[in-house]
Amino acid sequence: MSENKYQVDTVERATASPETEQPYEALGVKDDEYARIREILGRRPTSSELAMYSVMWSEHCSYKSSKVHLKQFGEKAPEVDFLLVGPGENAGVVDVGGDLAVTFKIESHNHPSYVEPYQGAATGVGGIVRDILTMGARPVAVLDPLRFGPADAADTHRVLPGVVRGIGGYGNSLGLPNIGGEVVFDACYSGNPLVNALSVGVLKKSEIKLAKADGPGNRVVLFGARTGGDGIGGASVLASATFDEDKPSKRPSVQVGDPFMEKVLIECCLEIYAEDLVTGIQDLGAAGLSCATTELAAAGTGGMDVQLDLAPLRDATLVPEEILMSESQERMMAVVTPENLPRFFAICEKWDVIATVIGTVTDTGRLRMTWHGETIVDVDPRTLAHQGPVYERPYHRPSWQDALQADAPSAERLARPKTGDELRETVLTMIASPNLADKTWVLEQYDHRVRGNTVLAHGEDSGMLRVSEDTGAGIALSTDGNGRYTKLDPYTGAQLALAEAYRNVAATGAKPLAVTDCLNFGSPEDPEVMWQFAEACRGLADACLELGTPVTGGNVSFYNQTGSEAIHPTPIVGVLGVIDDVARRTRSAFETEGEILLLVGETRDEFGGSEWAHVAHGHLGGLPPRLDLERERQLAEILIAGSRDGMLSAAHDLSDGGLVQAIAESCLRGGHGARVVLPSELDPFVALFSESAGRAVVAVPRSEEKRFTDMCVFRNVPVARIGVVDGDELDVQDQFAIPLDELREAWTGTFPKLFG
Amino acid sequence: MPARIGVVTFPGTQDDTDALRAARVVGAEPVALWHRDPALHGVDAVILPGGFSYGDYLRAGAIARFSPVMEAVIAAAREGLPVLGICNGFQILCESHLLPGALIRNAGTLFINRDVKLRVESTSTAWTSDYTVGQEILIPIKNGEGKFAADEKVLDELEAEGRVIARYVDNPNGSARDIAGIANAAGNVVGLMPHPEHAIEDLTGPYPGPATDGLPFFTSVLKQLVNA
Repeated sequence: MSENKYQVDTVERATASPETEQPYEALGVKDDEYARIREILGRRPTSSELAMYSVMWSEHCSYKSSKVHLKQFGEKAPEVDFLLVGPGENAGVVDVGGDLAVTFKIESHNHPSYVEPYQGAATGVGGIVRDILTMGARPVAVLDPLRFGPADAADTHRVLPGVVRGIGGYGNSLGLPNIGGEVVFDACYSGNPLVNALSVGVLKKSEIKLAKADGPGNRVVLFGARTGGDGIGGASVLASATFDEDKPSKRPSVQVGDPFMEKVLIECCLEIYAEDLVTGIQDLGAAGLSCATTELAAAGTGGMDVQLDLAPLRDATLVPEEILMSESQERMMAVVTPENLPRFFAICEKWDVIATVIGTVTDTGRLRMTWHGETIVDVDPRTLAHQGPVYERPYHRPSWQDALQADAPSAERLARPKTGDELRETVLTMIASPNLADKTWVLEQYDHRVRGNTVLAHGEDSGMLRVSEDTGAGIALSTDGNGRYTKLDPYTGAQLALAEAYRNVAATGAKPLAVTDCLNFGSPEDPEVMWQFAEACRGLADACLELGTPVTGGNVSFYNQTGSEAIHPTPIVGVLGVIDDVARRTRSAFETEGEILLLVGETRDEFGGSEWAHVAHGHLGGLPPRLDLERERQLAEILIAGSRDGMLSAAHDLSDGGLVQAIAESCLRGGHGARVVLPSELDPFVALFSESAGRAVVAVPRSEEKRFTDMCVFRNVPVARIGVVDGDELDVQDQFAIPLDELREAWTGTFPKLFG
Repeated sequence: MPARIGVVTFPGTQDDTDALRAARVVGAEPVALWHRDPALHGVDAVILPGGFSYGDYLRAGAIARFSPVMEAVIAAAREGLPVLGICNGFQILCESHLLPGALIRNAGTLFINRDVKLRVESTSTAWTSDYTVGQEILIPIKNGEGKFAADEKVLDELEAEGRVIARYVDNPNGSARDIAGIANAAGNVVGLMPHPEHAIEDLTGPYPGPATDGLPFFTSVLKQLVNA
């Protein structure tokens, strides 16, 4: 065995042995892609180069299947003056007024979270936070939209508690408030939960950092955690053929997070930024060192020499291919001028962060790496970073789409509650159903207070943070998505996700500004899934153009399926908004007896993909609610003006579960009941449970009712007085009454019963 | 000259920003102290804020007590310097033997972030004089290891000497005798599991309020310093 020593594959050896067979297929590289690599290099790749191409040209890093559709977000982007950095960098940056900018992005960590819920979810938080840090910003919050299989399924009880503890364990230890997100259950996510994480950061406009290695002679510094054998995908496969058998071989494919290291790394980086000590910076995420070196080099002067054997290791037996592919967490790479190096190292020393110069920027146009003096990589970095394969995957409308849409949840198809007693029973069943029930059991495991700037968090329509203690200026964020709507109609479903997040931000009084999206889909090799993806991108890009909210960045997650069964297509949309003074925020709770309740927007008989059809009948069919983007914009302006001019006491967007769910939540949060008179022209069931878009319920003081109503009429948005904040029950006149205590018991009992 | 309140940052500290803000809000001069620096820079009081110092690896607070700044804090506390340890800071004070007992994993094992009602039991400490005995206040907790534990003899002593400064009205984590905070015999050192620095502003405090029940912890020490 000891004879079978690892032998480094050098450029010299690769040139001399063109016929050597390479395990490219095991690394996920296709025949034509391998041929192209050989053509680019004019020889076979070394095993290190092959490792780099395999990860950089992977779907995850290259967006090779999604690129042709994602480009619409640029082509159809609305013209705005606040976008400082658009898609393509680690995260988008928007101008939020004064000298402040905000950077935000959403990412997925779906597959790792299924395999190892705690670490998968934890490192998902860690990864997106490093993206935000890389832009030069102090990360200030996270949000976590989550999807799980049925709430009562055994596997959900393995996955959900671990995911929640992982998000809390990592995020809480970073000192980042968790201010929003979702917890949604559906059988389609059995075996494939969605664990998305959004992070947001604040920086001075003048301090934006970019991932590029400029200036020949500048040093390339690797700092943070040591590189270990975790998170290696195919590299172990690649290398195992020539490995010494007595070295550790089985590596966990899920990375293991150390939030303490990341917290220290954040503070260390912010001190380094404050002294303006880096010319470029990149975090090490997917594809680790391969990605950081190639992206920095490709975006900068163009060349870099790296002495790979200088990288500090956790496991001294690691070989170059593994080091290049390791996804060990909590690592960063900076480009630093020789003059700045002493200060850079002094700050790293202050925070006990290991920092090592491993390379130099060059103007050769080549990324060269050596291993104990021998050259193992010599490539044009742009061929790795930018010139990967691009696929025009075939797609077509699924054969079952028409039948699905034709199966509308009409009154004839699905029995509806009719009497007051039946409606009452339905309200209690719905509010206790896992998707609509109170999520306190989850949210109590997250710290939403740390840093002391959280103005709104979970339970409100959007999370809101103060970003300036001097002016009171703030930002708001909401993430939304509805897989059922998107399954029924991917184009409209994606737009509805945007509309809901947009509406939620406006409901708290903030002006929606920009978008980040996490597109969770099945396999792109399935033409029907690809059609869903293409339609969702087209819909989202069209809607972003119409609402004037550009997509600033995001993430695509494919292959979310178990066998041939794909998840519902689930685009999650995050909307960032701004508010001049957070003291003017609007809460969702009914706080004051006697105030008037108004329903803004139009209610139609719309139950396709609704929570009611799901809960009462397990039915999914028909079309999702119709969407009128101009109406959404008008509604948002009303909600923002209502907040700014002090007309609104409370506002709550109407979405899953309809009007009665929104009113019940606002009653329970405020501890006040409501007397509700349903509009006479509507069937009571439709009025209470329809999920028509473009609606909100608001509470206004009597003195403001006329002014607010006039504003709606002026904007041609329907508004109706539907009741008054009063008493200690939810009293829907002529139908039913439910004491708040009974309502609260139904709402709050579900999660402790399921998971407590 | 305003009183100077120092706030220690260890690697892994999270709530230092909030504690510094609390000092500022009540009119003190906030002074950031660094774990490696043994100098207290002339501060009149010290807050050990919440967080996960040194990652809480080994045991919450176990490593922080050996840092250079803690040597200075321990010495000054024995001379009467007012010291408030919040959450992880309380854990550090116990590990440093400035306070008895220990904080262990919550009954129920989960991290809990919740607004909880406390009953103030003692106002004869540097940090609680602005409350009244028996007053009920709303302060957030957020911890995974917040269950106060000590042997019966120590608990009896704490009770007998009036050193239990606050109790949970509805015990969230299984703390012995509902104890949320304690003081040393002299009353200058206080450890508290809940976070008064998160209850100092209408905008960001507990909702629905009262939102600012945490302020008297900071005004108490300020008054004592001004009167001293």
